Amino acid sequence: MKIHEYQGKTILNAYGVRTPAGRSCFTVEEAVTAAQELGGEVWVVKAQIHAGGRGKGGGVQMARSLEEVHQHASAILGMTLVTHQTGPEGKVVKRLLVEEGADIQREYYLGVVVDRGAQRVVIMASSEGGTEIEEVAARTPDKIHKITVDPVTGLTRDQAQDLAARIGLPDSTLDQATDLLVALYRTFWETDASLAEINPLILTGNQDVLALDAKLNFDDNALFRHPEFQELRDLDEEDPNEIEASKFGLSYISLDGDIGCLVNGAGLAMATMDIIKLYGAEPANFLDVGGGATTEQVTEAFKIMMRNPNLKAILVNIFGGIMRCDIIAEGLVNAAKEVHLNVPLVVRLEGTNVEKGREIIADSTVKIVAAESMSDAAGKVVAAARG
Amino acid sequence: MSILINQNSRVVTQGITGKTGEFHTRHCVAYALGRQCFVAGVTPGKGGQHVEGIPVFDTVAEARDTTGANVSVVYVPPRFAAAAIDEAVEAGMDVVICITEGVPVKDMILTRYKMHDKQTILVGPNCPGVITPEEVKIGIMPGYIHKRGRVGVVSRSGTLTYEVVDQLTRLDLGQSTCVGTGGDPVNGLKHLDVMKMFNDDSDTEGVVMVGEIGGSDEEACAAWVKEHMTKPVVGFIAGVTAPPGKRMGHAGAIISGGKGTANEKIAAMEEAGIRVTRNPGDIGKLMKEALG
Repeated sequence: MKIHEYQGKTILNAYGVRTPAGRSCFTVEEAVTAAQELGGEVWVVKAQIHAGGRGKGGGVQMARSLEEVHQHASAILGMTLVTHQTGPEGKVVKRLLVEEGADIQREYYLGVVVDRGAQRVVIMASSEGGTEIEEVAARTPDKIHKITVDPVTGLTRDQAQDLAARIGLPDSTLDQATDLLVALYRTFWETDASLAEINPLILTGNQDVLALDAKLNFDDNALFRHPEFQELRDLDEEDPNEIEASKFGLSYISLDGDIGCLVNGAGLAMATMDIIKLYGAEPANFLDVGGGATTEQVTEAFKIMMRNPNLKAILVNIFGGIMRCDIIAEGLVNAAKEVHLNVPLVVRLEGTNVEKGREIIADSTVKIVAAESMSDAAGKVVAAARG
Repeated sequence: MSILINQNSRVVTQGITGKTGEFHTRHCVAYALGRQCFVAGVTPGKGGQHVEGIPVFDTVAEARDTTGANVSVVYVPPRFAAAAIDEAVEAGMDVVICITEGVPVKDMILTRYKMHDKQTILVGPNCPGVITPEEVKIGIMPGYIHKRGRVGVVSRSGTLTYEVVDQLTRLDLGQSTCVGTGGDPVNGLKHLDVMKMFNDDSDTEGVVMVGEIGGSDEEACAAWVKEHMTKPVVGFIAGVTAPPGKRMGHAGAIISGGKGTANEKIAAMEEAGIRVTRNPGDIGKLMKEALG
């Protein structure tokens, strides 16, 4: 689960990570009031969307007067922000963060992730803040310093101080940098985060070390331990089809192509998308109905897929193990009754109760093109889409 | 031979009185020599009951002492699954296979930490299990598509593995053992570990390796194959069309920061001499050609 920068900063503050003072706002008036209350002479107005790259897209502006705060807030609220992470359609900005301006002397990078190889939490730090860490990793890998954390002892102060020194933070700031690193690790561990990124971490003219930006993602599987995070979810940031699918326990992701796919299992679903591409077309979605779907879930899966106006054909690829083919067939027949199925439907069924599944379809009024194998199915669905 | 499990395995099902545990234990018992292999179940507080004629115990240690169980399979719900693995490891099981999907990553970090000086081999979590065809099936895969044979199968995925197995069976190649390692970022056996076992297994003449986007398990395995593998390996990577930043079902199936793309993995595998196909419908055929 992703959250907004201002929400992440609130959580980090509670663990003792210092950030510039700021307020979240939903209107221009709130933004001006926030600036007044924060005081000072310089403010930063920041668009709050889940995607990164906001600055380059014009979503982060500096204001040197309350008029400018008003001006920037008016421009950013409601704008469609396009960044390298939003896709070409962009994201409409509905929330702002107004922060006191910081006197930035130097920028650094901090990131906390789970290292699959080490099977532990790893803290990455670099003197090259502000830019994409992937670029630093590609260009100057020696500038990324890593610490693997023992899950029982946690990040020690010695480790933290050593890391802070290695990225070149001045000696006089090492104590507060150590505090910040230890607090950042505790935030990650105790909130079941999957990513905690501070980019940039800054050194100010007053020799303060602050988190200027913050990105926190949480492990969806551990959200049951953190019911308080539920209200941080912003449904505006998610694809409505994906939200609808998740209500029914389905995994759905919209893609740009025109061939709908309904598959059981994530690996087979990806392989089905791949084989469609191999046969010269593009998949319209990823849709995994899971291992033990019911007739209702399969019906809903069809309905969600059918909402896509670009759809030219559908491929159902089921290898029934726990999932029985008769369940899929019933869902397919039900869905065809509820939604007007106006595109060709290619069905490849294999596995448990396959004969019964084929009978159910044959006895219905639904017209399908039956396929014998994955290759056969891909060839037929691509041909059908081309009409 | 075969790897990990065979007809001499004695299996305890953790979570046997739950709906999932009971359902799959019934199917595993019915498969090949399952009746002799599945000897115990565990559900805390339900010791003394029977499921499918199998005695239920309160703890894995009791099940081990009474029945000689040396392999555990875990169907316990996600929030208790890591503790169930810990218990099986403490009880000295040779192999623990965790089917449960949705185990928190932090729990698995701690569980793997506790396992570092233990002999127990962990498969999963979030995996379909392990099957040695016509001997024993421990997991949720459909047994009837399998056939005893000479190809080892290692995969992170469930249904995509069934697809591959089905192709091999139809081509009359059959399988020595099939291992689903699971899709989670922190787990037990990786492709590399299973590949080494297949290389040492006299029943295995070739290996199909099925991977997917995310992480670098396939790259690590490919590097080893290049230096040490003595048997032909055929590979497929799912997710060539998956967009970066979107999680494709599994907790681990995500291209993040430009890393873990299918094309990178395919390149690493080809470089290691693995025969890689981009057509998931051709995996079996390619294995047949490789075996000659």
